[in-house]
Amino acid sequence: MSSINWQQAVYDVIKSGGINLIGYVPDAGHAALINSAKADDAMRDVVMTSEEEGIPLCAGAWLGGMRSLLLMQSSGVGNCVNMLSLQRTARFPMVILVTMRGEYAEFNPWQIPMGSTTQAVLEICGFKVERVASEAEAAETVQAAIDFAFNSNVGVAVLLSQKMLGRKKWVE
Amino acid sequence: MLERRAVVAKLLEHRGNAVVISGLGSPTYDVAAVSPSERNYYLWGAMGGAAMMGFGLALARADLHVIVITGDGEALMGMGSLATIGANQPRNLSIVVLDNEHYGETGMQQSHLGMGVDLCAVAVACGFTQACAVTTEAELQTAVSTFHKTAATKFLQVKVSPESPPRVMPTRDAVENKITFRQALGAEQSDLITDKE
Repeated sequence: MSSINWQQAVYDVIKSGGINLIGYVPDAGHAALINSAKADDAMRDVVMTSEEEGIPLCAGAWLGGMRSLLLMQSSGVGNCVNMLSLQRTARFPMVILVTMRGEYAEFNPWQIPMGSTTQAVLEICGFKVERVASEAEAAETVQAAIDFAFNSNVGVAVLLSQKMLGRKKWVE
Repeated sequence: MLERRAVVAKLLEHRGNAVVISGLGSPTYDVAAVSPSERNYYLWGAMGGAAMMGFGLALARADLHVIVITGDGEALMGMGSLATIGANQPRNLSIVVLDNEHYGETGMQQSHLGMGVDLCAVAVACGFTQACAVTTEAELQTAVSTFHKTAATKFLQVKVSPESPPRVMPTRDAVENKITFRQALGAEQSDLITDKE
């Protein structure tokens, strides 16, 4: 499956899962999903200055009956920590897709501290975490995360592994 | 100097079906004291998140006036969200900052807004076309007269005296508040309808 296909498959399950709002801080690994959202008149996309803005964004949307989803890089999970208490205290359904850095073939050591603690941070804050290591399982896992979050009022994060996303090209 | 609870009472007196998100600390007590409603969501934490919570709600319910009432410390912690909201211009969102220039909940330490920082100018720079600082009764009356006309994203910085009226404490059960709020808006039902299972 080509990289364009798995991202299209993920976008398709986001749509069929009733998501109408995507909040994000850009990451190269999310670029295709962001482009799909921007090209879709039925999808509201919100670029944020910091990932922590996404937690109350999703909570507020849910208060009004709208399903939403967040896209961020692993470093952004660290920016969310106190705000995740909003999800946990009120049991807001929440889905975060996280592109991983600081692992497979990482070039930049500054990515390692947060990348190597992303899953633990999310879990200790009460999120359920699924890790995606291959393109074939990406869409199914995101679909399961959406069902899990909105049927059981939990926060679910899907970590998209750096090995699957591919090495960042530092020199074109 | 304006008194915070009287300001909130004036702003919410003719709220109709408007919904309110209150920032943690005194704004939550103020809203609970003068305008209790199932259409209020009271924050007791998530400092810096009130404006974004209002924004998310405004996107979900374009038919409703969404009012965020928060304090200067809370607004400062979420200052980036003014850029996010300004870039999107939700017409049905109003952000009210009750600015006493202090962190009231923690012992009245001075905030940046008493040290020369102009938050209203920040809002203007972020693209809020209806942003104003309110310091007098007359300015408050003018702001109140158009407050519920949802034609543009509003930002109101209201200078209030640094006095703490008696605490009026609404529920701290965030789940209960979520359910009653969603029921009042018919959101529980609408989600069942969109649910395909």
